[in-house]
Amino acid sequence: MEIARPTDLAGVLDALDADPAATLLAGGTDLMVEVTYGGRRPASVVALRRVDELATWEGRTIGSGVTWARIEHGPVRALAQAARTVGSPQIRSAGTIGGNLGTASPAGDGLPFLAAVDASVVLASTAGRRTLRWDEFLTGPKQNALQPGEVIVGVELPEHLPERQEFAKIGARNAMVISVASACLVREAGGATRIALGSVGPTPVRARRAEEMISAEPSPSPAAVAEFGRLVAEEVSPITDHRSTAEYRRHASGVLARRLLERCL
Amino acid sequence: MTTTPTAVPTTTAVAGGIGTSPLRPDGIPKVRGEFAFSGDLHEEGMLWGATVRSPHARARILSIDPAPALAIPGVHAVLTQDDVPGRKTCGQAVKDQPVLADGETRFWGEPVAVVAADDAETAARAAAAVAVRYEPLDALTDPGEAERQGSVFRTMHVVNGDPDRRGEVVVEGYYETGTIDQAMLGTEAGLAVPDGEGGVDLYVATQWIHEDHEQLYASLGVEPGAARIHLSGIGGAFGAREDLTLQIHLCMLALHTGRPVKMVLDRAESFAAHVHRHPSRMWYRHEADPDGTLVRVEAKLIFDGGAYQTTSHAVIANGAYFAMGPYHCESVDVVGIATRTNNPPNGAMRGFGAVQVCFAYEAQMDKLAAALGMDPIDLRLRNALDAGDRLPTTGQVIEGAFPVAEVIRSLAAMPLPDAGPGGDPRHLPGGAGLTTTAADIRRGVGFAVGFKNIAFAESFDDYAEARVTLTPDGLLVETAAAEVGQGMVTVLQQIARTATGIEQVEVAFVDTAAIGSAGSTSASRQTQMTGGAVLEAAEAVRDEALRRAGGGTLSGEGVLRDGVVVATLADVLAEGPITELVRFRHPPTTAPSETGQGDLHAGFSVAAHRAVVDVDPDLGLVRVVQVDTAQDVGKALHPAALVGQLEGGILQGVGMAVMEELRIDDGVVRNASFTDYLLPTILDAPDVEAVLIEEPDHWGPFGAKGVGEPPTISSTAAVVAAIRDATGRDLTRAPVRPEDVAGV
Amino acid sequence: MIRLTVNGIEHTAEPAGAESLLATLRDRLGLAGSKDACEQGECGSCSVIMDGELVCSCLVMAADADGSEITTVEGLAPAGELHPVQRALVEAHGVQCGYCTPGFAVAAAHLFEREPSPSADDIKEALSGNICRCTGYGAILRALTGLAGEEP
Repeated sequence: MEIARPTDLAGVLDALDADPAATLLAGGTDLMVEVTYGGRRPASVVALRRVDELATWEGRTIGSGVTWARIEHGPVRALAQAARTVGSPQIRSAGTIGGNLGTASPAGDGLPFLAAVDASVVLASTAGRRTLRWDEFLTGPKQNALQPGEVIVGVELPEHLPERQEFAKIGARNAMVISVASACLVREAGGATRIALGSVGPTPVRARRAEEMISAEPSPSPAAVAEFGRLVAEEVSPITDHRSTAEYRRHASGVLARRLLERCL
Repeated sequence: MTTTPTAVPTTTAVAGGIGTSPLRPDGIPKVRGEFAFSGDLHEEGMLWGATVRSPHARARILSIDPAPALAIPGVHAVLTQDDVPGRKTCGQAVKDQPVLADGETRFWGEPVAVVAADDAETAARAAAAVAVRYEPLDALTDPGEAERQGSVFRTMHVVNGDPDRRGEVVVEGYYETGTIDQAMLGTEAGLAVPDGEGGVDLYVATQWIHEDHEQLYASLGVEPGAARIHLSGIGGAFGAREDLTLQIHLCMLALHTGRPVKMVLDRAESFAAHVHRHPSRMWYRHEADPDGTLVRVEAKLIFDGGAYQTTSHAVIANGAYFAMGPYHCESVDVVGIATRTNNPPNGAMRGFGAVQVCFAYEAQMDKLAAALGMDPIDLRLRNALDAGDRLPTTGQVIEGAFPVAEVIRSLAAMPLPDAGPGGDPRHLPGGAGLTTTAADIRRGVGFAVGFKNIAFAESFDDYAEARVTLTPDGLLVETAAAEVGQGMVTVLQQIARTATGIEQVEVAFVDTAAIGSAGSTSASRQTQMTGGAVLEAAEAVRDEALRRAGGGTLSGEGVLRDGVVVATLADVLAEGPITELVRFRHPPTTAPSETGQGDLHAGFSVAAHRAVVDVDPDLGLVRVVQVDTAQDVGKALHPAALVGQLEGGILQGVGMAVMEELRIDDGVVRNASFTDYLLPTILDAPDVEAVLIEEPDHWGPFGAKGVGEPPTISSTAAVVAAIRDATGRDLTRAPVRPEDVAGV
Repeated sequence: MIRLTVNGIEHTAEPAGAESLLATLRDRLGLAGSKDACEQGECGSCSVIMDGELVCSCLVMAADADGSEITTVEGLAPAGELHPVQRALVEAHGVQCGYCTPGFAVAAAHLFEREPSPSADDIKEALSGNICRCTGYGAILRALTGLAGEEP
């Protein structure tokens, strides 16, 4: 196995240019499981851990190499809430937000926030940079738009983030658990509301009809809150697997939607 | 009691004796990472083994081609069923499990071939390269269908009392429990070293080296003395190490290659390699007089044994014998069936058949109390068995202590936690997932009582050998008993100290050639069995030392008279060594009659649990706040280790109540990983308060009882009862899933 | 070829392919104290401190650890001595089978290095990535709350 351990972004891009099929390694928390249990034997690896440019967080740009441990104590409320639910302390000190995007699991804990705020993903290759909105980047379960030769540079948050933002995640134990369903809701003072849910569809699901309905309610009545939950439950498309049932995930999506909305009122 | 009170003390007071909590001798090596577990062993020139496993629940093996594996540089052997030199099958009571698949695989993960290679990575690649052609066959995976087809390992019919006795108040129920894994932290691992003369030494983590040895030499086709098993460090067991896994495979590879061979299973393989707790289906009918007197219990139990028998015959027997709990009943009719299917084999796990039925009968007792309009604790007290009573299933008169009512009363008298959860999300269902606020929760309290026998039953010749030797420096205790983490090593030291007055005691775990069997580290038996052997041997050593010195009291300095040393230990040993070998047996048990009657068990222990839970009914999330317990322990030999058994066993019960289950579809395990087989973390662990009920056992050393299993028996039932209390839902299946609580 | 400083001692090693730091420590450097219970970051038995961070060594690609400073359980205290968390775990009977113990010792040492008197809840959260199957965590928590001078 060849490994490149560049210390700057240019070095990463050069390495990828020379070997576009190289496996990108960030925190390793997903890749190493595939190595140990999935029989994955990468022929070449480009390790990103030493690239300071990827590990910076400036304003609304979060480098792909920023770890969950940093995000957990960072200034963005709902993203910090999500970060605290990622794996264990050990996982959070290694795993990165870029890794969440690279793996593109429907259960990725950071993804509902990115979807709720309509974040973008910045990619780079020797051919230049491009920026994709989250839903252009996440194309399916464990599928994304990253091309050979490209690396995820970071996440760009919108200029304005709603002050009211809440995240919640359901798992079958109280720590270190893969999400059965998760949700992130953001709401402007004027009522504009967005909600994205994880583990209830192939990619994070935005419940747009529910958003539209509740955004028109500056101070929603209990009936409106209930209706919002009902609409969210309708809009998700969960499956049954060994972690939960489609019915429960749908039901839980509605409950989480109501509760997060109430917390933002 | 084994000890005879004597008028004159023959020993001095000794530090670290029974009733105190000395530090365990292996604690410092373990906390420094220096303790050698079976997976840590290393031998110069060793090869690594790996296993080819069936991906099908059932399939015919059309061909096995080792050539692609052997073509990989560094691969030294690929062995199949044809290469098993001796008996081709293994198993405890019944040798029905092929050492390697015999032309048909009968469960997902069944070993088909084994390989040896220069390193672990090459061995894994070689195992993947062995070309096995399978023809999948229809798999029988539904236990109900297996029962209909008569595909069973054992059918029990336990009948006692007047079959026409009827009660006015009747409750019926159907209950299920899932397949549970022991999930000991150390996976199966071992090292086999050929001796160059056709024999082999196996270093392995197991619960019973002598039983392993019986199966091992027969399958290797060698004389008993040519295969020796040595205990290596054991990373937990809980029943998972009672049956053979990689023992024969390792020795075959070592004898074939002439090289030491090491094998360490990864976690996914570990789930496939060892047996699990039987999943169960249980129908119950309880009948009582209007005053709450339980008069008739009918039950039908189906425990799925999976593909091979292992200990299914004994697990279903426990299920049937303990099917109605520690209660009086005039009339009992229990059918217990262990089915044979193409699910992964099920066998021993802590609680061994008593856990499943406790979940059902305690739910029935709560249901009956509701139907009677009685307090559920009063109902239990009204029907509680006591020493001297007959067990309503087997008819056996209970000897020794059996303080059921005291256990119940002591637990009921413990204060409940008064404080609510507060605002910290870590104290709420869902934890840091922030799903739930204090306003969303309902609190529930549940109570359950369970019991079980101690040591082996049904006329099994159950014994333990131990040797105690006086040395100039103190005592040497030799045993083949498996220290699996429970702390027996310390308890044996304490027993020897108290028996002799000598503080310096070394416990050596020796191999199958060096001493006779200690029996299995299971059935809560080693404190009483190997402890009993050590006590008798140590007392004999003491008596001989005192005889030689002409009487006095023994201590670590030697024999004292009037506080003066009259003979050092070296002086006492001048006329020859003092060593005593004891083979200890518990009171004999009988074989069951056709209706399951007889003196089948050597003793019993009872425990009760009271769980307090906070439930988020909308999301179905549960936080187990507190589980308190009262347990019949005979005598607390090492109070701190005993509490460790209670807390650890309770958390396993909590896991079975709310999160743990192997998900098996058509015989295939879907969650063979710690990512998806969820074990409770420290944030899931309830607070535990315990009351120890000390009424001496009739044969345990110093009156002690085994304590390992009762913590796991009724804790699951108590937690689920608490969730029922909080939600009003029936919840007839363990583990309880969020969707069950939320009702979606 | 990679260079590692493990417990203050410089090592070189040649990990095979994408093997984990855990495998390199155990099988190439002879440091078997870090345990391999799940090898997918779900039990904490292999916890080590790498460049100041608590990580699961099973999830670190050894080839990517080149140049790192690593503390394993063997390096928590000088030879013949115990780190205070190690002493506390032994004395409070927080050790049973011992397979999880090295990981708990490393994670607890990392916590106490940053926060000498953590609350019981903070101890729990810091140890929530370490699974113990024997103790039910009671004695482990008593050991560490005692060390922190907190009520459990």
